[in-house]
Amino acid sequence: MSDVYDRVKRIVIERLGVEEAEVTAEASFKDDLGADSLDVVELVMELEDEFDLEISDEDAEKITTVGEVVKYIQSHS
Amino acid sequence: MMMAMWDLNGKTALVTGASRGIGRAIAIGLAEAGADVAVNYSGSEAAAAETVKAIEALGRKAIMIKANVGKSAEFDDMLAKTLEAFGGKLDILVNNAGITRDNLIMRMKEEDFDEVIETNLKGVFNGIKAVTRPMMKQRSGRIINISSVVGVLGNAGQANYVAAKAGVIGLTKSAAKELASRGITVNTVAPGFIVSDMTDKLPEEARAKILSEIPLARMGRPEDIAAAVVFLSSDAASYMTGQTIHVDGGMYM
Repeated sequence: MSDVYDRVKRIVIERLGVEEAEVTAEASFKDDLGADSLDVVELVMELEDEFDLEISDEDAEKITTVGEVVKYIQSHS
Repeated sequence: MMMAMWDLNGKTALVTGASRGIGRAIAIGLAEAGADVAVNYSGSEAAAAETVKAIEALGRKAIMIKANVGKSAEFDDMLAKTLEAFGGKLDILVNNAGITRDNLIMRMKEEDFDEVIETNLKGVFNGIKAVTRPMMKQRSGRIINISSVVGVLGNAGQANYVAAKAGVIGLTKSAAKELASRGITVNTVAPGFIVSDMTDKLPEEARAKILSEIPLARMGRPEDIAAAVVFLSSDAASYMTGQTIHVDGGMYM
């Protein structure tokens, strides 16, 4: 898809310790990638740093899949 | 090896309510163990400046920051200033700030209850919430909350204070469970009767009654509390979280 997708993917792989093949756009952090709610919070913090943006708590709660994160970042940066 | 575990060299700390009494002793104790310390105060600027001076005399860095811990925006702002002064890193948070508005329940005004809860309980929550982000990123951190022996024993005339101090113990346990996997420990120290401006004012009769309830038969010193806080801040306590250390001469056991 894009540069954003690759960067998100790299962070997700590092943070959640999952295989690259598992990190598809449809993959849900909690259901498919084994993240607990703290993992998701940390992921959001790391993405904020990586892309130099702020994801509000309200928005963060709505983001559940890798694809949604990518879309969010693309439309906010 | 044992003493090295107690060393806080290179660590940074923020102590709320550190201008006087127990908070000042904690701030100085952490500095003696090697930490740089941010000294929070709400009213007594001159007293806070003395705490800062005592820390600097130990060769450590100290800054003073005025903030009402009960207001989350003020706490967040204080944390930002602390991080800025200490190179973006905070290892230790001590939530010590507290107030009293004593009265019998039937005479206690709603605002007396609310103010004590806001400073003594919500202030602790504000602190924990504020430091969670930087400490999670560091994957390490020590949060030490100051409760009170009356938080476990109850005390006539202090319903608001006791409710807040008991709440701190529950808050500590929840935070400990939430943050354990990130290398952040959260513990409570519950002081008994400690020599302070407040206890100095007690009438002789009240003093005698208090002493009769303390197995070790003396009031505690602020340094007794500081010692427990230094321990919980150090590597020596790395396997403890969610606990309450009672430093009260044996009042609660």
